[in-house]
Amino acid sequence: MLGTARLTSLRDFRQAGISRRLAVGGAVLTVLALAAALVSLSLGPVDIPVAHVASIVLSAVRIELADVGRTEQLVIEQIRLPRILVGAVVGMGLAVAGATMQGLFRNPMADPGIIGVSAGGALGAVIAIATGATGLFFLALPTFAFVGALAATFLVYGIAAVGGHFSMATLLLAGIAVNAFLGAIVSTIIIVLPDNEALREILFWLAGGLDSRAWEHVQISAPLILAATAVILLAARDLNLLMLGDDEARAMGVRVGLTRAVLLAASALATGAAVAVSGTIAFVGLVTPHILRLVLGPDHRVLIPLSAIAGAVFVIVADTVARTVVQPAEFRVGVLTAFVGAPFFVLLLIRNKRRAQAL
Amino acid sequence: MTRVAPSTALRADDLSFRVEAKSLLERVNLHADRGQMVGLIGPNGAGKSTFLRAMAGVLRVHEGVVWLEGEDLAALPAKEVAARLALVPQLAPYTHGFTVRELVLMGRYPHLGRFEIEGSADDRIARDAMRLTETEEFEARTLDTLSGGERQRVFVSRALAQQPRVLLLDEPTANLDVLHKLRVLDLVRRLVDEGLTAVAAIHDLGMAARYCDRLILLSAGRVLAEGAPEEVLVPEIIESAFGVESAVYRDPATGSLAVSVIGPSAGNGVPPPAARVNGWSDHEDREADVVAPGAKAVRP
Repeated sequence: MLGTARLTSLRDFRQAGISRRLAVGGAVLTVLALAAALVSLSLGPVDIPVAHVASIVLSAVRIELADVGRTEQLVIEQIRLPRILVGAVVGMGLAVAGATMQGLFRNPMADPGIIGVSAGGALGAVIAIATGATGLFFLALPTFAFVGALAATFLVYGIAAVGGHFSMATLLLAGIAVNAFLGAIVSTIIIVLPDNEALREILFWLAGGLDSRAWEHVQISAPLILAATAVILLAARDLNLLMLGDDEARAMGVRVGLTRAVLLAASALATGAAVAVSGTIAFVGLVTPHILRLVLGPDHRVLIPLSAIAGAVFVIVADTVARTVVQPAEFRVGVLTAFVGAPFFVLLLIRNKRRAQAL
Repeated sequence: MTRVAPSTALRADDLSFRVEAKSLLERVNLHADRGQMVGLIGPNGAGKSTFLRAMAGVLRVHEGVVWLEGEDLAALPAKEVAARLALVPQLAPYTHGFTVRELVLMGRYPHLGRFEIEGSADDRIARDAMRLTETEEFEARTLDTLSGGERQRVFVSRALAQQPRVLLLDEPTANLDVLHKLRVLDLVRRLVDEGLTAVAAIHDLGMAARYCDRLILLSAGRVLAEGAPEEVLVPEIIESAFGVESAVYRDPATGSLAVSVIGPSAGNGVPPPAARVNGWSDHEDREADVVAPGAKAVRP
């Protein structure tokens, strides 16, 4: 039995049954996520020992471990914890949407931004800032960004489905066109904007970041992203079949059009919610599923849930580095993921190419 | 609406399919009883793949009805169709790093609910399917490490894992060596003798005659001849469909019909199109050959 065989290498692990890959991979990644969160909670301008962090977190469930200061408690509860949770949820949403897009496009290079979500979100946010709408109500910025993200997706999908015949190739091209067009509008706004403060704010937002994220941001993004992830998870086997081609999937009993529309909508929702609370954080959606696929294989029933956890780890770690390396200033997490993600990705490509040539 | 007798596993009534003005199928009929193997023969571009795809419900025809075990295929849920009928594609699709075992297990899809994962029963069915097609030895490998013939057997294996009552095969032996050609067709024939119904597009006329109960000869999207192998494999009919001169005889070694192609039929070597023989205008039909039946553009 494969399930009981000793795992001597990653290659063997790839051959294990899906429950085993899920259990082992899930356990490893969950431990990583918890460790990353604990370390992240303790690091910052005020250093808080990990023991105190644990004590504060556990006090929420009425377990008192150590005496901790009121300041420490406030820093954890009101500043670091919500920020880390937003990061985790954003990473989850981006990675799950990335894995789904790569499956739908049958291309490991697809990114959640491909359907215009990021560009639409950016435009929404820029409009909110430029028009001063951000002053109207507390969550104006994420709301505008979210609406922009979904509107752009609808537009791209609408173009691809014109004439009642949906085409993934048109979707890709329409995504490129809409991205370029919305990007041009954003550039125009930036150029003509007289207000320097607003300009700074826009550039700051475009770079993607998790600074001063509060519980409200968790509340608006987490339900959407978790719901979208659940939907995608339920269609994971259908996505496996869709990867083999529309006709193949149809012949095996998949309702191709419906399944694809649901998966696209769920990905757009997850990405839109992530973009709304964090701006554009690059490379998480591309790199995370890519690496996991190398270890776990292409089955989305394994890939989707583990991408969710791995994406969370990725963003928590990146954000922790971003806010601690250049203290007291702050690096933008979106810039950092691009700085680290892009070269790492290139390394991966080169390594894979070498291996392919060696065969 | 007429109710089809249950002994008819698959029936196609007057299927027509066009791409723009081009007719790829023109009122094509078929009926296959339970436990029968029907062979589709005909030149390239005759519409064999299109016909099979239409009968699998992958391609929606413009006119005509496909009856699957007496029920209108178009009215059945896709999963219900796939639980009864499987299609082995002519070309293995690109499989993105799935292993042979994973691909064969995908055949269980129509039998599983949304919240189910494959259990030990599914594993056993997949393993049996792999054993029957001798793909078990490379179950852990990905498709890109296999030869064309091995890939083809993997997809036969996946179709068997679907546990269909009707099996459609599109050139199942095109990439196989002589031995595996015999083994795959022997396997299908054995399953047919046990009650499966099979419709297979087969290029090799001798093989088609040897394994099939009936043959349907398609040419330019139309049925040119239909019946027992002896009735269809007649030099005149072969000439009108393929444009070759041939001799048909009973092979003393196998006891079944064999076709020896002597050469292009007399004249210019260009096949006298089937269309002309039957009094249809021919020039579009020739062009129908150019449109690959598997081309993406053909979906309405």
